[in-house]
Amino acid sequence: MAAPFDLKDDSVVVIIGSGAGGGTLGNELAQKGIDVVILEAGARHEYEDFTNNEWDSFGQLAWVDKRTTSGDWRVAKDFPNLPAWIVKSVGGSTTHWAGASLRFQDHEFKALTHYGKVKGASLLDWPVTLAELEPYYAKAEDKMGVTRTNGIAGLPGNNNFKVLKAGADKLGYKECHTGNMAINSAERDDRMSCQQTGFCFQGCKWGAKWSTLYTEIPKGEKTGKLEVRPNSMAQKIEHDKSGKVTGVLYTDKDGKQQLQKARIVAVAGNSIESPRLLLNSESNMFPNGLANSSGQVGRNYMRHTTGSVYGIFEKPVHMYRGTTMAGIIRDEARHDPSRGFVGGYEMETLSLGLPFMAAFLDPGGWGRSFTSALDQYVNMAGLWIVGEDMPQEDNRITLHKDEKDKYGLPIANVNFSDHSNDIAMRNHAYEQGKALYEAIGATRVFPTPPYPSTHNLGTNRMSEKAKDGVVNKHGQSHDIKNLFVSDGSQFTTGGAENPTLTIVSLAIRQADYIAKEMAAKTI
Amino acid sequence: MVTIFNRKAAAPDTPEPIEKQGLSRRDLLKGGTVSLGAILVISGSSIIHPQFAWGLETSNLKPETMATLIQLARDIYPHDHIPDRFYAIAVKPYDAKTGEDPKTKKMIEDGIADLDKRAGKDGYIGLGWEDDRLAILRKVEDTPFFQTVRGGLVTGLYNQEEIWPLFGYEGESYSKGGYIARGFGDIEWL
Ligand SMILES: Cc1cc2nc3c(=O)[nH]c(=O)nc-3n(C[C@H](O)[C@H](O)[C@H](O)COP(=O)(O)OP(=O)(O)OC[C@H]3O[C@@H](n4cnc5c(N)ncnc54)[C@H](O)[C@@H]3O)c2cc1C
Ligand code: SF4
Repeated sequence: MAAPFDLKDDSVVVIIGSGAGGGTLGNELAQKGIDVVILEAGARHEYEDFTNNEWDSFGQLAWVDKRTTSGDWRVAKDFPNLPAWIVKSVGGSTTHWAGASLRFQDHEFKALTHYGKVKGASLLDWPVTLAELEPYYAKAEDKMGVTRTNGIAGLPGNNNFKVLKAGADKLGYKECHTGNMAINSAERDDRMSCQQTGFCFQGCKWGAKWSTLYTEIPKGEKTGKLEVRPNSMAQKIEHDKSGKVTGVLYTDKDGKQQLQKARIVAVAGNSIESPRLLLNSESNMFPNGLANSSGQVGRNYMRHTTGSVYGIFEKPVHMYRGTTMAGIIRDEARHDPSRGFVGGYEMETLSLGLPFMAAFLDPGGWGRSFTSALDQYVNMAGLWIVGEDMPQEDNRITLHKDEKDKYGLPIANVNFSDHSNDIAMRNHAYEQGKALYEAIGATRVFPTPPYPSTHNLGTNRMSEKAKDGVVNKHGQSHDIKNLFVSDGSQFTTGGAENPTLTIVSLAIRQADYIAKEMAAKTI
Repeated sequence: MVTIFNRKAAAPDTPEPIEKQGLSRRDLLKGGTVSLGAILVISGSSIIHPQFAWGLETSNLKPETMATLIQLARDIYPHDHIPDRFYAIAVKPYDAKTGEDPKTKKMIEDGIADLDKRAGKDGYIGLGWEDDRLAILRKVEDTPFFQTVRGGLVTGLYNQEEIWPLFGYEGESYSKGGYIARGFGDIEWL
């Protein structure tokens, strides 16, 4: 049963956000007997409530509160108020996510060391190494039921994968399989196996795909130590004269403002809302926002270098049948500057239903070049590129000067421009995708531009030194001991891999650290 | 700029069958109707498709405007295997919207009037060849009018469930047990 904690109870850990980071941290702490309140801005929809309809699902789950955009990325022109495609709902973006769960590579934790100084990039080494994180990766993979780990079989390949694999073989790629997916290939953890429904992005109605919504959260609630408050938007983190945080001001489900006292606050609102909240929590003592003595809060926003390639064939593919991300090629994920860029990228199958295909194929496009591609929808195969993008100081989340949300707080602006390394990588990946589909007889191949960001990273980054970042290797803020960051905004650099497995691993590790420090009474 | 990210994608209603509008096919053959282009006929405030027995009533926009919008919708997203009816469903919401919002009404009526003016004596819809209409559209494609109509079509047209089978998209699959036993990996030609 969910434990209702008193607003004045200042012994609880308050976590903001119930997604990959917050949901995991909440359960991990609850399992250790620590009292936790999770404030979640979105509503609670259980998996029976999900719908196999792209726009309806978007309306149900996505974060559509207004944001603004700037910078030279195309999203700013095509989707000026939708920089990111992420979720506002209990479970966060783990309701929408596809489930690809990859470990970072060793060198990616030491990007500055391996890539050297890159002009215009604010590269840094992580204060953590792969070796330190490995035991936590192992725990996360077990928790999430990641295929091809822990003796869990891979998922069967769907048509989209079979096309990818045939092309990969032709190009001589060696590492191509149906992925490491947090999707049950057989019943596990009281959840059933994947039925190849093809609506992973809309929330898995079978519960086959891991989401904090129906794993971490109910498990935590069962201990009686975790309370999740939906429809509760955190607005400001309060602190005392000594600079320690003391509670969170939020608007509850009835629109009333409440103050939940706290011993520790952990921010896990994803990489746009987390820095926004810290910035909006400015005070006389912290005029630039909380945890921001470095001036790094909101900076180094990363979104992965992405893009898609679709191939059209003479015969049907039916790419939308079965798992959305049905397979991967990892050969290009290595760091090999001879390709004209540092870092690497993954190629993963992707399919969109007809409505989203129309929206994302070429936003703003029209005419027969556009429609003749859609006419071949059935004969289409698709892949998504996800590669390491360069952190840049000015790619950042800032508070909007004039526009406020319905509670009167400044909304976030997301400024992003591609680094030349990002562009070189994307072009290389587009060419490889094209070659892959052409090698097996595609009659037409076209690239699609990056969608609004599904991976949002880096805006409260980890650093060894307090002057270079916002949090230390445990996600604890350099400035305020009882303030933590628990989501993807901690990432020092982005790696080539989809981020969630790393977010979950860091959250498990952070829970150990918080429990230890609480026991030692240092926080 | 796109307008597609409203919480709800445009959910257009289906045009009513002709009989409900008190018009029969015979009425159409009598006088008082104007033929626009090859396919649409206007009678009073209705637009009627004589061959395929559907019609659409306008209460705020001029019916000529609605007819032109339907042609415009097809010219923006031409799918030769998609019947006009679906384009009509996609633009029909403008009629209600313009009733509530005079600004939108002005933008639409002015936008269409501009197309007609550029087209010359028989108006936009009187231009029989697609190439001639496209030449005009290329000149106005950056206008808010064009972009609004185009952006609205992205959901107005492609989010119609009835249209999906015409593209081979099967839509909802949960109720059928997913594709695990229905061909998720049935490709044979590779
Ligand atoms: C379509 C899609 C596909 C994806 N596929 C993959 C994939 O295959 N592999 C992968 O690794 N990643 C994938 N991702 C990314 C993945 O979902 C995210 O990386 C991950 O969920 C981020 O975790 P998080 O904890 O940072 O934030 P989230 O999971 O987004 O959770 C943040 C939560 O905080 C809440 N919140 C924000 N601000 C406040 C506030 N002020 N008060 C209260 N609550 C607040 C939000 O409502 C939200 O519920 C995908 C994402 C999308 C959208
Ligand atoms: S394809 Fe599998 S994981 Fe994806 S939504 Fe369907 S059942 Fe769930």
